[in-house]
Amino acid sequence: MSELHQKSLRELGEGLAAGAFSSVELTEHFLQRIRNHDPALNSFITVSDREALRQAGAADERIQKGEGGPLTGIPLIHKDIFCTHGVKTSCGSRMLDNFISPYDATVVEKLADAGMVMLGKANMDEFAMGSSNETSYYGPVRNPWDTERVPGGSSGGSAAAVAARLAPAATGTDTGGSIRQPAALCGITGLKPTYGRVSRWGMIAFASSLDQAGPMARSAEDCALLLSVMAGFDERDSTSVDRPVDDYLAALEQPVKGLRVGVVKEFFGEGLDSGVGASIGEAMKVLEGLGVELVEVSLPHSRYSVPAYYVVAPAEASSNLARYDGVRFGHRCEDPKDLEDLYKRSRAEGFGAEVKRRIMIGTYALSAGYYDAYYLKAQKVRQVIAQDFRNAFDQADLLLGPASPEVAFRLGEKSDDPVSMYLSDIYTIAVNLAGLPALSMPAPRAHGLPVGLQLIGNYFDEGRLLNLAHQLQLATDWHLQTPEGFE
Amino acid sequence: MTLEREDVEKIAHLARLAVAEEQLETLRGELAGILRLVEQMDELDTGDILPMAHPLEMTQRLRPDLVTEENHREEYQAVAPLVENGLYLVPRVIE
Repeated sequence: MSELHQKSLRELGEGLAAGAFSSVELTEHFLQRIRNHDPALNSFITVSDREALRQAGAADERIQKGEGGPLTGIPLIHKDIFCTHGVKTSCGSRMLDNFISPYDATVVEKLADAGMVMLGKANMDEFAMGSSNETSYYGPVRNPWDTERVPGGSSGGSAAAVAARLAPAATGTDTGGSIRQPAALCGITGLKPTYGRVSRWGMIAFASSLDQAGPMARSAEDCALLLSVMAGFDERDSTSVDRPVDDYLAALEQPVKGLRVGVVKEFFGEGLDSGVGASIGEAMKVLEGLGVELVEVSLPHSRYSVPAYYVVAPAEASSNLARYDGVRFGHRCEDPKDLEDLYKRSRAEGFGAEVKRRIMIGTYALSAGYYDAYYLKAQKVRQVIAQDFRNAFDQADLLLGPASPEVAFRLGEKSDDPVSMYLSDIYTIAVNLAGLPALSMPAPRAHGLPVGLQLIGNYFDEGRLLNLAHQLQLATDWHLQTPEGFE
Repeated sequence: MTLEREDVEKIAHLARLAVAEEQLETLRGELAGILRLVEQMDELDTGDILPMAHPLEMTQRLRPDLVTEENHREEYQAVAPLVENGLYLVPRVIE
């Protein structure tokens, strides 16, 4: 029998149902691993151990009564962007360092109703703004494959913890690549669903027309199990889509022979590390062996996705983050001399440098006289990018490319240059602008470090994405590799 | 376009962010760099293109006008910096 922390969610569910181990034992096992290993990684902001053991006890009772489901009693961690009732919800910011959420996010509620046990809250870039987890008020997260390197971001704590087997699963959010890029850099599987598929209620807003929550775990099968619970209509989120949730588990087993997968030409050009390119090439060979037909497709305007994103996302962020005013919740400065001083100093003290830069870019783009040149222009570019995808999906069922142009970079390597940091999301951002689903899964390692293969689907085609990823994982063992010291 | 120090001061005021005098120049350089990236959009002719505000073709849902929320004032104010008798306290606005 393999160690508990190496088991898949399905194996854990079966073990719990058969009484091979209890949820309390399983939870204690992971809490012990967190105590042993997290000091080297800093992947947690909060470990909610007492609450976790209470939830595990309740899950054990439920299982004994025969009322458990496939995920009942299995631990997970939530990115600290999800509101959790009675537990600190910081969003990686000093602004919310004192914020105890008075309610649960829909995603948190749904996973708790399924019987999952929350181990704690994962570290993240401040307000999900970053690609390296270095903007967190709680310090950077380190990549378990090489602790001198970043785990990616913004869901860096979620990715590092799952890769290090400190939790079997995690939630993440993806506004411009924040699930897929850290999944790639840490060697796990992470899915960003179609915009509107998973409720945003109780998920702290960054850019409302782009934000989407999704599962992060070690395999496509694990992600399918989690997404089955997370997805669905929520009347509390006005952008939630009222449409039945597909049977993602059944989808896993569909045949993939004859599936047409478009290889995105623009994702293999200048700027792609040759080791990463070779790794994706190896994955493509295995796909061909499975009978998948690879065709070349073009997203001719994808190079404009980063520029358009850095108008749309900051503009929406500047509006969303206006709520942090030092009055109703969050950080408040000492001895404000008047209301304006209260606002300005509370916000200056509460927000870190990257968040301030983005608020200011967004404020500028929306300010009088600049709206047409920036925001309206970006919305038009967004349309052009979405049209590129519509054309590509005329020729292919799914699209393929790397998730990130390079393997994990060193801590500090890009933190002084915002623009070079932004360009690390060059292959992920277009998907958010179009609102499409996409996942990153491990391909063979390059330079000894994980590489992420990105698969992009058409709207609401999460089932087919998970299907191809699962079939590829049945034929390979890239997703089973564990960083040294964390076996 | 170029971004001047005064522009940065104005943006910071609109965003209600206090910026120390000695940070203005660094911030100006960083914001100008981001705007140079953003302005790559200008290479693209988007004359007739319809702006895209939302990824899916969706209209806003309506619901019956019914009371659905209970009063959570005490609970929500428990995380506020300063409250008194159910009111949020801020520095005096009217003399």
